[in-house]
Formats: sequence, structure tokens, C-alpha cells
Amino acid sequence: MLAFLVQRISQALLVMFVISVIAFAIQDGLGDPLQEMVGMSVSEEEREAIREELGLNDPMVVQYLRFAGNALQGDLGNSYFYSKPTLEVIAEHLPATLELVIGASLIIVFLSVPIGVYAAIRPQAWLSKFFMGVSTVGISIPVFLTAIVLIQLFSIGVTVNWFPSDTGWGQWLNEFFTTEGGLPSYGRGDELTHLFGTWESGFFTGTGLMHLILPSVSLASIMLPLFIRLIRAEMMEVLQSDYIRYARAKGLSAGRINFLHALKNTMLPVITVGGVQIGIMVAYTILTETVFQWPGVGLMFLEAITRSDIPLIVAYLMVVGLIFVITNTVVDLVYGLVNPTVKLTGKKA
Amino acid sequence: MKKLIAAFVGSMALASAPVALSAEATKELKMAYDADPVTLDIHEQLSGGILQLSHMTFDPLLRWTHDLGFEPRLAESWERVDENTMRFKLREGVKFHSGNELTTADVKFTFDRLKESQDFKAIFKPFSGINVIDDYTFELVTSEPYPLLLNTATYIFPLDSEFYSGQTEGGKDKSAITKHGNSFASENLSGTGPYTVTERKQGVRVEFERFDDYWDTESPGNVGKIVLTPIKENNTRVSALLSGGVDFIAPVPPNDLERIRNDKNANLVTMSGTRIILFHMNQERVEAFKNPKVRQAIAYAINQEGIAAKIMKGFATPAAQLSPAGYQGHNESLTPRFDVAKAQQLMKEAGYEDGFTITMMAPNNRYVNDDKIAQAVAAMLARINIKVDLKTLPKAQYWPEYDNRAADMMMIGWHADTEDSANFYEFLTFCPDADSGAGQYNAGNYCNPEIDALVQKANVETDLDKRAAMLQEVEQRLYDDAAFVPLHWQDLAWASKKNVNIEPVLNVMNFPYLGDLVVE
Repeated sequence: MLAFLVQRISQALLVMFVISVIAFAIQDGLGDPLQEMVGMSVSEEEREAIREELGLNDPMVVQYLRFAGNALQGDLGNSYFYSKPTLEVIAEHLPATLELVIGASLIIVFLSVPIGVYAAIRPQAWLSKFFMGVSTVGISIPVFLTAIVLIQLFSIGVTVNWFPSDTGWGQWLNEFFTTEGGLPSYGRGDELTHLFGTWESGFFTGTGLMHLILPSVSLASIMLPLFIRLIRAEMMEVLQSDYIRYARAKGLSAGRINFLHALKNTMLPVITVGGVQIGIMVAYTILTETVFQWPGVGLMFLEAITRSDIPLIVAYLMVVGLIFVITNTVVDLVYGLVNPTVKLTGKKA
Repeated sequence: MKKLIAAFVGSMALASAPVALSAEATKELKMAYDADPVTLDIHEQLSGGILQLSHMTFDPLLRWTHDLGFEPRLAESWERVDENTMRFKLREGVKFHSGNELTTADVKFTFDRLKESQDFKAIFKPFSGINVIDDYTFELVTSEPYPLLLNTATYIFPLDSEFYSGQTEGGKDKSAITKHGNSFASENLSGTGPYTVTERKQGVRVEFERFDDYWDTESPGNVGKIVLTPIKENNTRVSALLSGGVDFIAPVPPNDLERIRNDKNANLVTMSGTRIILFHMNQERVEAFKNPKVRQAIAYAINQEGIAAKIMKGFATPAAQLSPAGYQGHNESLTPRFDVAKAQQLMKEAGYEDGFTITMMAPNNRYVNDDKIAQAVAAMLARINIKVDLKTLPKAQYWPEYDNRAADMMMIGWHADTEDSANFYEFLTFCPDADSGAGQYNAGNYCNPEIDALVQKANVETDLDKRAAMLQEVEQRLYDDAAFVPLHWQDLAWASKKNVNIEPVLNVMNFPYLGDLVVE
């Protein structure tokens, strides 16, 4: 266990180092941070003075070494736009993103497991076919579009009059497709509960939860079909295996077989994929957060890019890299819990 | 039980009483702009967002009216003492948010700070100083006769000198202007304006509350609280309005104009703007551009009206000059001259019948539809056999390329900070001179010293009619010379719910006077 952690930490450090070098190397292509800091009519002399003050005129190597020296002491520099330490800025924005990811993950877990299992046990049922069909559509629609459609339907509302309203059925169909709207379409709302540090939560108030609905559903929509299909495929495979057949022959109840013996083994690959996907989900939040003006790190990162806020970009990349390493480590640990035969450091059993 | 109910009713009556008393300013306004103010220090950056903040939390000495005239604000009146001096009388009894009273000492403090500000010092360069006569009288002095003295005075929003003086607990000077890193002024604010900032989370929301002791008791404004949320994504901003999440949005993207116009709960206001979009033709990079005939051919080949109608969806005013209507230099007789046959003829005369290849660059997220406009221009140039190699870039990467003059034709949009024609020429058509800073954005390298001299002359002409004639001549000569390719003035658009009466407080400078906003 200790060896495993040491190995992971050294890996993490290497990842951080590589990311910081890459982020530094591309900053020239990210544009001139001065453009966002001064008005158009400011003279070149003034600009030069500010560049000098910020140390932007030093050779890249000098800039990197200065950055790395500070980074080793836990200081990743100050954001140009926020005029605050970048880690503080990220800490302020991270809870919003994490809550969005938690919200989406909850939707995924509570929907994908039952649906996946059901589709595996009853592959021929029309409901299974319906879920599979919907999930194919879901996987092929970009999150951007999903989000816009959701906003149109549930925030703004749609009035439908495609059918003749003088007939009973037409009236009914019109009403069936007409939506009220009313769900909030942007931000996190005014009522957030302060938990600790920079964490303000939307999980404990009505408006907070309302604001979470559309963004979480959009974000979940990308991963949900994948998980349903993965669970279904794995489950079907497990159901064919010898020990399940033996359990059946032994006369165990179907519920015990399906949910205890089969599901447990189904979850192994699902956890692996899930760990990686949570990392990817953090990346997808960039799109979701942009559409819903969700004040998380994804939106912050996108804006940092348009503003060429280089210190913030570098810090964000490093933090996200760290999150990836941590989630993967946790996944490996959980793996060991679910399946005791897996050895973490690959020693002989 | 009866007692309880009586007590309850009684307390209700008590609770509602104060509301009834202050009914003038009880409405709440939720609004969404594309960005929130970068800082609370109004001298840190000269930008639209900061000016919008300035008009909410401070008051200028005087401000622009709808028809580009002036109306007195903190200055009650003004008179010219001599050619170089203007005397202002300050309004008495005006209170800052901190409770301090406004005097000329605050105006002087503000003036001196503006002279120090990296962004504002250029605008205040013609001013040599300020003379304080007494507590409520002062004079602004320019080194030469300056016709734009009042235009510039609209940028003087008196700061609370007592509040911004001294040292913070950390030993920092409170009056310091810092571009990066925290300064006192970037996080604290005390002005004379209709609103105070009560809460601010950068990039998330800013809350304003009506200032109880606001001096302008005649203001019809009845908004007691404003919540500003920055929503950068166009679609989301429009959705927020249509779903009722916010009451007022700006800017409105051209693609959604129809949608908002057709919505029964929304109210759309558009206005012809003052920001000119144009292309420079770089004479230093392309030999052919030195030939006025080639430049004219290009001017004839571009269909400004087509771009305004098709690409901008009518959300732009086609331009043949820099000065928009209402500016002194605006020359009525200049109209777009689209004529492909004439353009081909001119190319032939210049000896470029077979055309040539050029490079072109434009931003893709700075102006409305900037990349599409560039594509259209490139296609139009193909008709006179000029082959265009077009590259569009995000603004962060575009401006460094612009500074390097990296392409033969480059797009730029310009709004005159002084709301005056001369500002266009000084930055866009003056002979480039690195030392004086003239022609800083003249990516065409067009240089005509005679025109520059004429503008300089106009800049010290205080007879406004004479000055207007001079500036209009400048426009005519630039037009004849085809110094650049003007495209259009970008329109402005705002939208609100029906009960928010935004129209009276909007203006072409795009700083809504929200203090006077009436919500029904």
C-alpha cells in the first residue's frame, strides 16, 4: 500500500512537471495578456512598461524557473484578471464544478445501473429496446445542443399548435407537447449554503437544487448512454458465465443471482471506466458551464483563455492534471475493495 | 387566538409601512451583460464596462444627452473664461457614499489621478492643469485652445478624495492605480452615483443598492436594487431574458433580434452605433496598394450595403467614412460606392487587370460577425481578381499579429473615446510615428501629411462650425484617396422585459443611465 502511494505521488509530480512545461511552452500562442488589461488607445511605451513590470520580457527559461521556484513553495502566481493568487481563484470556482459533476454522477448512477441491468436481463423487452434506442440518440447529440434544447423546453417553454385544436385529440396533443418552462437557465441562484472554506453549496436550498437540474442533466446526457451500454454488455457476459449457471442450478433466487453475484462482477470494468470518465467529465464541464453560465472552473478556464490569463491557465491545467491522478488512484484503491484478488503494485499474489 | 391574529396583522402593517414610504426606489432589476466590471477602480481601465460602472456608481461633471449634446450633472454650469480656460461651478450639497461632501478638492484629486492613469492620461494630455478658485468653483486649463474640452470633461467622475487618501492597513497607498495585483481602489468604492456596490463576486455577480442620499432627487429612477450577472454566451443571455430569469440584457446578438422582437414579453431597442469596422490596406507590404487606383478599385468592389443587409441582418449602418452621423466630421455626401464594373476598370487602368494575391487577417470573436464579414470581403475582392489568403484568429492572438502588421489587409473596429471625429484620424489614418504615438493603429501605413496638418488645425479651432467644415473636408479627402476600406458602423441593441422602460436611459455611447431607469 505504501509503495503504491509513493509510486503514485511520484507519478503525479512527473505529470505536474510535464503539464507545467507544456503550458509554458504554448503561452506564446495564447496571445498578449496586455490586450485585456489596457484600453486600445494606450501607447506602446506604457504597454512596454507594464510588460517589463510583469516580467513578460524575460527569456522563457527565466520565466519558467521563476515560476517553478514559486510553484515548489505552493505559489502558482497571480491571475492577471482576478488579481489574486491563481490557486485561490480556482478554489473559489472548484466547488461549483464539483457540485455539477456530483449532480451529474448521481443521475448517471441512479439511472444507468437499473436500466443497464434490466436491459441485460430482459434483452427482448420493448422497454429495453426503447432505452437502447434513446441511448444511441443521446450519445450522438453534442452536449451543446442538448443544453440549448433543454433550456428552450424547460426554461423558456414551448407553445405547440401543430395539431387542430378544435378536435379533442388535437387539443390533447398540443397540450401534451406544450411545456411551461420556468426552470432557471443560468447560474447557481442566490441562495447558497456556506459549508466550509470557499465551498458554497446549492444542494441544500430549493432554488439551489432547481438551478442544478438542467446543467446536471446536460452533463449526464453525454455519459449516461455509455454507462447503460457498458453495464448491459458486461452484465450479459457475466450472466453467461459458469458460476451464474451453477447458482441457478443450485436454485438461488433470481434477485440474489442478478444483484449480488452478477452485478458485483459487472461493476469492475464499470468502475475503471467511471474513474477515467469522471476526469473527462471535468473537461466536459467547460461546455456545460459555458451554456449555463455556471460559475465553475470550466467557465473560468475558457474565459482565462480568451483573456490570455496565462498564470491561471497554467494553474488550471496543473490542478486538473492532479484531479486526474487522484481519481485514478482512488479507482485503483476501490478496485481492490471490490475484487480482493487484484494486487495494487502488481506483486506476486 | 384573536389576540394573536391581531398582533400578526399589526406586525404586518408595521412591516409594510416603511416599504410604502420609500416606494420611489423599491424595484429590483436583474440584468445580464456579456461581462462584469474588471475592477472597481474606474481609472484602471478605459473600457465600455468600466464606463458603465462609472455611470452607475459615480456621476460625471456633465454627461451626453441623446442627441450628443451635454447636460449638467455635478457641474451646475460652465463658462469659457478665455481661449484656454473653462470655469465650472460645482453643485452644492452632493454627498459621497461615505458621507463626505463633494468639493473642488475632490475634483482636483480626480483630475490629478486621471493624469496618472495609464489608460486615461492620453485623453487628458491637452490639459495643463486645474485651478481651484473656491470650494465650489474651479477652472480647467488647456495648453492650447481645445474644442473638445467638454467632451473630455464627461470622463471626470469625481472621486471621494478623503476615502481614497491615506494608507491601507497593509501600508499601501489607497490612491494607487494598479493594473495587476490588488489595490485599495480596485476593491472599494465611494462615489456620488445613484448606486453603491454591496456585493461583488468577480465573474459571477455584482449587487448594487440605491444610495439613500443620492443628490439627484429629481431622477425618475425607481430601481432600489440591481443584480448584474455576466453571461458571456449569447444564447444563454437571450434565454435568460426569455425565460424571465433576468429583466434586461445587453448586447443582443444579431441572430436573436427577430426572436426577441417576436416575443410578446420582451422589448427590443436598437440604435445605429458609432463603432466603425474597416480594413486597412498595407502599403508597406503590398506595392500595388501604393497606387490610389488600386485602393479605389477595392473600395468600389466592396458592397457595404450587402454586408449590412445579408451578414449583419440589417444590424449595421453601411459606411463610406469614419465619422458616424452626429459627429462633427460626418460628411453627408459620402455614400458607399459599390460598382464592380468601375472597380474592374480601375484595376485595368492601374495595370493590375490580372490581379494579385494578398493575405488578410481578421479576428473571429471581437466584433459582431467579424469572421463572416472578412470572408465576404475576400469573396468580393475575387471579382476584381485579387486572390485573398484569409486567416481569422481569436482576439487574444489577433492583436499581437495586428501590432506586427502581419497581413496585407487587416480588420479593425474603432470607437472614438472622445466621441469626436479627430480621434479616428489620429489613431487610424495619421502617418505612423512611433515616437509621438500617432497612427498607432494605422495598419495601412497610409500617410498624407496634408490631411494630418488639417486635423491638427481643426484640433485647436474652437469655432465649432469652422471645425466641422475642416473635419468634413478630411473625410472627403480620405474618401477620394481610398485610404482604407470602411464597412459599417456596428449597431447597438438592448432588450428587456416589457415592464422595464429602458429606452429613455439608453444612448449611443452604450452607457445606460440606470440611475434614471423606471420599472413599472
